[in-house]
Amino acid sequence: MAKHQMVTIDGNSAVTLVAHKVNEVIAIYPITPSSSMGEMSDELSAKGSKNIWGTVPLVAEMQSEGGAAGAVHGALQTGALTTTFTASQGLLLMLPNMFKIAGELTSTVFHVSARSLAAQALSIFGDHSDVMAARSTGFAFLASNSVQEAHDFALIAQAATLEARVPFCHFFDGFRTSHEINKIEPLADEDIRAMINDDLVRIHRARALNPDKPVMRGTAQNPDTYFQGRETVNPFYLQTPGIVQAQMDKFAELTGRHYHLFDYVGVPDAERVIVMMGSGAEVAHETVEYLVAQGEKVGVLKVRLFRPFNVVDFVAALPESVKVIAVLDRTKEPGAAGEPLYQDVITALAEVGRAVKVVGGRYGLSSKEFTPAMVKGVFDELKKDAPKNHFTVGINDDVTHTSIACDSAFNIEKPDVVRAMFYGLGSDGTVGANKNSIKIIGEETDNFAQGYFQYDSKKSGAVTVSHLRFGPRPIRQTCQITKANFIGCHQFVFLEQFDMLANAEDGAVFLLNSPFSLEETWNLIPARVQQQMLDKKIRLYVIDAYKVADEAGLGGRINTIMQTCFFAISGVLPRDEAIDAIKHAIKKSYGSKGDKVVQMNYAAVDHTLAHLHQVPLEGKVVNGPALKPVVPDAAPDFVKEVTAMMIARKGDEIPVSKMPVDGTYPTATTQWEKRNIAMEIPVWEPDICIQCAKCAMACPHAVIRLKIYDPEYLENAPEGFRHTDAKGKEFAGKLFTIQVSPEDCTGCGLCVETCPAKDKTDPSRKAINMTPQPPIRERESGYWEYFLNVLPDYNRTEVNLKTVKGSQLLRPLFEFSGACAGCGETPYVRLLSQLFGDRAVIANATGCSSIYGGNMPTTPWAQNQDGRGPVWSNSLFEDNAEFGYGFRLTLDKQVEYARELVQRFRGKLGNELADGLLNAAQLEEADYAAQRERVAQLRIRLADDHSPAAMDLLSLADVLVRRSVWILGGDGWAYDIGYGGLDHVLAQGRNVNVLVLDTQVYSNTGGQMSKATPRAAVAKFAAAGRPLAKKDLGLIAMTYGNIYVAQIAMGANDTQSLRAFREAESYEGSSLIIAYSHCIAHGMPQMNMGFKQQQLAVESGAWMLYRYDPRLTAQGKNPLQLDSREPKVDIADYMYNEVRFRTLRQSDPDRAAELLLLARGDARSRWNHFKQLSELDYSVLAGK
Amino acid sequence: MVALTTTYMGLKLRSPIVPSASPLTRDLESIRAMAAAGAGAITLHSLFEEQIEHEVQLLGAVLDGSENIYSESLDFFPKLTEFRRDERDYLKLIEAAKAAVDTPIIASLNGYSAGGWTRYARLSQEAGADAVELNIYYIPTNPRVSSAIVEDMVVDVLREVKAQVQIPVAVKLSPYFSAMAYMAKRLEEAGADGLVLFNRFYQPDLDIKALETKRTLTLSTSAEMLLPLRWVAILYGQVQTSLALTTGVHTAEDVMKALMTGADVANVCSVLLREGIGKITELISELSIMMSARGYNSIADLKGVLSHEHTPHPEAFERANYVKLIGQ
Repeated sequence: MAKHQMVTIDGNSAVTLVAHKVNEVIAIYPITPSSSMGEMSDELSAKGSKNIWGTVPLVAEMQSEGGAAGAVHGALQTGALTTTFTASQGLLLMLPNMFKIAGELTSTVFHVSARSLAAQALSIFGDHSDVMAARSTGFAFLASNSVQEAHDFALIAQAATLEARVPFCHFFDGFRTSHEINKIEPLADEDIRAMINDDLVRIHRARALNPDKPVMRGTAQNPDTYFQGRETVNPFYLQTPGIVQAQMDKFAELTGRHYHLFDYVGVPDAERVIVMMGSGAEVAHETVEYLVAQGEKVGVLKVRLFRPFNVVDFVAALPESVKVIAVLDRTKEPGAAGEPLYQDVITALAEVGRAVKVVGGRYGLSSKEFTPAMVKGVFDELKKDAPKNHFTVGINDDVTHTSIACDSAFNIEKPDVVRAMFYGLGSDGTVGANKNSIKIIGEETDNFAQGYFQYDSKKSGAVTVSHLRFGPRPIRQTCQITKANFIGCHQFVFLEQFDMLANAEDGAVFLLNSPFSLEETWNLIPARVQQQMLDKKIRLYVIDAYKVADEAGLGGRINTIMQTCFFAISGVLPRDEAIDAIKHAIKKSYGSKGDKVVQMNYAAVDHTLAHLHQVPLEGKVVNGPALKPVVPDAAPDFVKEVTAMMIARKGDEIPVSKMPVDGTYPTATTQWEKRNIAMEIPVWEPDICIQCAKCAMACPHAVIRLKIYDPEYLENAPEGFRHTDAKGKEFAGKLFTIQVSPEDCTGCGLCVETCPAKDKTDPSRKAINMTPQPPIRERESGYWEYFLNVLPDYNRTEVNLKTVKGSQLLRPLFEFSGACAGCGETPYVRLLSQLFGDRAVIANATGCSSIYGGNMPTTPWAQNQDGRGPVWSNSLFEDNAEFGYGFRLTLDKQVEYARELVQRFRGKLGNELADGLLNAAQLEEADYAAQRERVAQLRIRLADDHSPAAMDLLSLADVLVRRSVWILGGDGWAYDIGYGGLDHVLAQGRNVNVLVLDTQVYSNTGGQMSKATPRAAVAKFAAAGRPLAKKDLGLIAMTYGNIYVAQIAMGANDTQSLRAFREAESYEGSSLIIAYSHCIAHGMPQMNMGFKQQQLAVESGAWMLYRYDPRLTAQGKNPLQLDSREPKVDIADYMYNEVRFRTLRQSDPDRAAELLLLARGDARSRWNHFKQLSELDYSVLAGK
Repeated sequence: MVALTTTYMGLKLRSPIVPSASPLTRDLESIRAMAAAGAGAITLHSLFEEQIEHEVQLLGAVLDGSENIYSESLDFFPKLTEFRRDERDYLKLIEAAKAAVDTPIIASLNGYSAGGWTRYARLSQEAGADAVELNIYYIPTNPRVSSAIVEDMVVDVLREVKAQVQIPVAVKLSPYFSAMAYMAKRLEEAGADGLVLFNRFYQPDLDIKALETKRTLTLSTSAEMLLPLRWVAILYGQVQTSLALTTGVHTAEDVMKALMTGADVANVCSVLLREGIGKITELISELSIMMSARGYNSIADLKGVLSHEHTPHPEAFERANYVKLIGQ
């Protein structure tokens, strides 16, 4: 095969390259891990890339997967070749249409990057739960096991569906295949062309709804005929396997790659066989070859076409000799007699009368690693007289003891394969450089190449681990590297955080980026790591990549340097060739970004080798520092036993018994994970501070806090603890301190940008200033401990909550989240937690806020000193308003019942207490404190009453303290997928508070356009700049008249934000707050510009501030109050500080100019409209 | 009839009034109006080195910095984005201006360092520009950067541009050279076809309440003309390049002064921003009347008559003037 034909791409790209060629309409909606297929389709179409019929496919982003499936159904019914891409919950939303599409025998292929379903928890990772939930739809299911197969089967599925009329779900494992980069042979256009029969395409078109030949489809049938109608399709299903095999045969003739409905690998006389599908089958394939070479009688049967399941071909593919079979399912069907593939195998064998022992097992849920050791473990189990059935492999199930044993030392990596692991930070470019390396090696050498990347659960300070394999044969090891011969550590601090050398084989290279001198470096490596190095005879190389990068003008981007080191040391390519290839890649990657960038990277490459040193370990002694425990001793047991394991990347070792059974987890755990990710942290200067609290208000991570306290609390303060006299007469005689948590700060600098106080003699010095963290870490940690644990929180009942300063005296009950450094959403979330957290019940739509709010291992929702704090849950992406509404319904019902019971027990409680419980105002903090006291009294007075009614009242009494129901989510939820539900819930008028964190794109899935995206902004699916104006959610909500609506931007007016939160919460009806949230997806040069951009957004009219309070209507006042002024800044001055707008000036200046004019018009007309609305006369409505 | 034609860097101009680079010359309609009003040539708004090099670096850095961090959002922008650079806008403006008016069009490049961006001089030539004005604007704040380094930098930029184009090249200078006449000579020797005296910097103002600097844009006054006037007078005859006087030209009398000290053209900007493009016509007709009243039939007749070389009191342009003034 000619070298130049090969490409190194990921699975999603491999699929899209085909799907875009053989379709006319593509309707999509972003969902991990399938999003990039839709994005790539959109990009291909935007570039004018044509399908095999010479026309550019039409790509449409819908408002949900349900919408996408509806659009697909419609497009199919009117005759277009149509596809979609999805995964997980997205596939579930498509189910109703899938039944219809199949019932109507409509040719289509859905490409699914298979992903876990949200059950006890959401997971974005890969398994077959989603496709298995769709297996009854009537779709055919074709499984790809590798990137090459995903590419090939995308075409085979398309060819087959046209002939069979049965729609296909082509699936492959999320992340493991969708995101793995591998070297594949791409299909030539003529091969694609040859596989698609245009006669069948025209027949498909001829079946379309056409008023020239009217028919109807989608009727309603009755008991007399539905059943028969359902059976009409049988012949098509019976033919489908044959059609698929015929297409596979035809494909083989064209490409030389021959697939079958079931492919067997192993000895012909195998006694033990594994049956499975998906990427794990490749690991099994390679392991079987290894075991066969050792003389073992084993084999693996790969299932390609799962539905329609062809019994005859399946049985024929099994060796006659087989005595025992393990069927491995990558899904869990609780309560079933067995998982789906297992049941099919049992049925198939029973139907043909083959008496073979069959056991079923589960593996690999949520991308749990599936390794050669596990394959061997399964084969070993099958050797037993009574092998375990319904087993699990890859975990330790110490509860129902389903798991089977594996020898983790078993390894089949071959010595001629380079196995390299790189630990980097998301922000240092490690992954990008590795993707480049794979391309270089895959495309410039005869080597096969594979890359797989692990990302962090946090978005700030995120760690990445890259797994790269290069070798002379196609790489089937679809699992992470556990025996590396090269490990790159791109950040010195990782040495204390992860056991990086656990995966190093003896004699492996360890490349360390060290900011220290060559002499110092060894002494600073932790002792345990030093010992490992000596034990494993590691070859240690050290470079100060930051120094090289700095000298080359690259700032913190060390990627090219570390890449050069890898090539220089590993010898995958001759050194000079490698350097040429890296430079070629640099030119390709950065050429479009200007000559200077290219030259800087070239310089970095040229200077690297002079700074790269091998450090001989002979004679080295173990003298490094000891490692600190992952979490402190003070942490709760669960955190120490479970959470700490996850933090240390040892979560795989946690046994089932340690896991909560129902997905319930303790809150307030981020405090135990000290991540130390900030290079610089803010330090307070008491003499300059004006005590405005804007820094704390702005802090996205709740690391800046202030306290006002009596001087006696300073008695045992650590030396140098900063404080000053509190300003304001209400605080007379008290002290004031602002303290930063040094180990939780992300170093975003938003606070410093926001601080208005400057040193009058040196205006470059503010009341807080960024200062390098390492030298002051210990001192500031001591201060923080004292501040947090010794100084008292200010009494909530005495705080003036109308002021920003007052609000910041309240303890944040949302802290240290994993949101991006400088996040624009979290300041609002933190404020909410401060104001209402001890009474808050929170429903959170899936998205950024559910990830930084609820992603393991540690979560930020916290508790106050009384142990009270927000309760939080995430249902789905689309149903969050309804989910939160459900909270309200419960509370309303429970309050009603509790009040009835209070009446019933009036005698026992006493009138005063009963009246207080029933009638006391609950508006201010003092009211809540008083009501809590009454509830406590109630408990005392009913303590000895064991009547059912009394027990009921005791179980419900807490709800008598007013709960605060909050419904949180992003614009993707509120404007698009959840809008129908949100609209319905708001319209009901019950007391729910909705907070829309409006980043104006789908942030969590990577910046896809939503209906909140403003005109002229570039986003995914709006590569040419969004041509339409932003949907005005607030205006729509106001039309109901009884909904409190506020639009806020904390960076522009923090007092207005505060006021809006308090008004919304106090309103006894539905409230909607739409909060401008700057975002990494906006492309600001620095995230610390976020609040300044918010200010410009408001001053330019891009974002209006207002509050619409229905309570004012009754007073004869206009409910709409504008809180921003007539735009005085040109909107361009706001827009062009952000890449999302700026990039369009680069790519299409004419269109940018045109959209700018329209955006200016939007700002003017918005102002004009709201201004007039705010001036309407409501006096006639007074008192009505 | 008075002849207002003049020659500037070898270009025959119908009048000595040349609008300088400003936001006004960003727009094709204004360019048309300037031509119609009688401008001798039109200097387009400046294309900045920063626009050419730094913009793409900035975009690149922002995009790179947000990629491959989190598994659900490996990037945030469509990969389609090509950095086609908004300089192309500029080249399109040159083409459009050339198609729209007969008046010579001068492209203006603003930067300070030799490098890739100077290729835009060649691209401007290819787009039809009749000349290039290099606005070499550098604030030497580093105490280790000597005047010699700054001078070399300016000359290097000029050399690099001259090597790429055949059309004439003018250099617009700041007044802050230790040895202006020497500098002018060096530029002449390096191939400058014209010198434009002087660049008028936007100077930051202070906000004493916010303890910050603030951007200001104040229009010039005739009083500011005296500095360039002096230097045009001094250089006239000493360098063989064309001379343009810029800063503070507001009235026909100012234009007359510029020409009399030896300038080939007078650049106008603030006056157009304040009074509109139609002011060009007014200046031309007043200049014509003024020249006629004083018996000058052509620009050539009056050019340089009050230059350092020709004025009856050359010491007025020298240090002696200072002594006299303080002596009064």
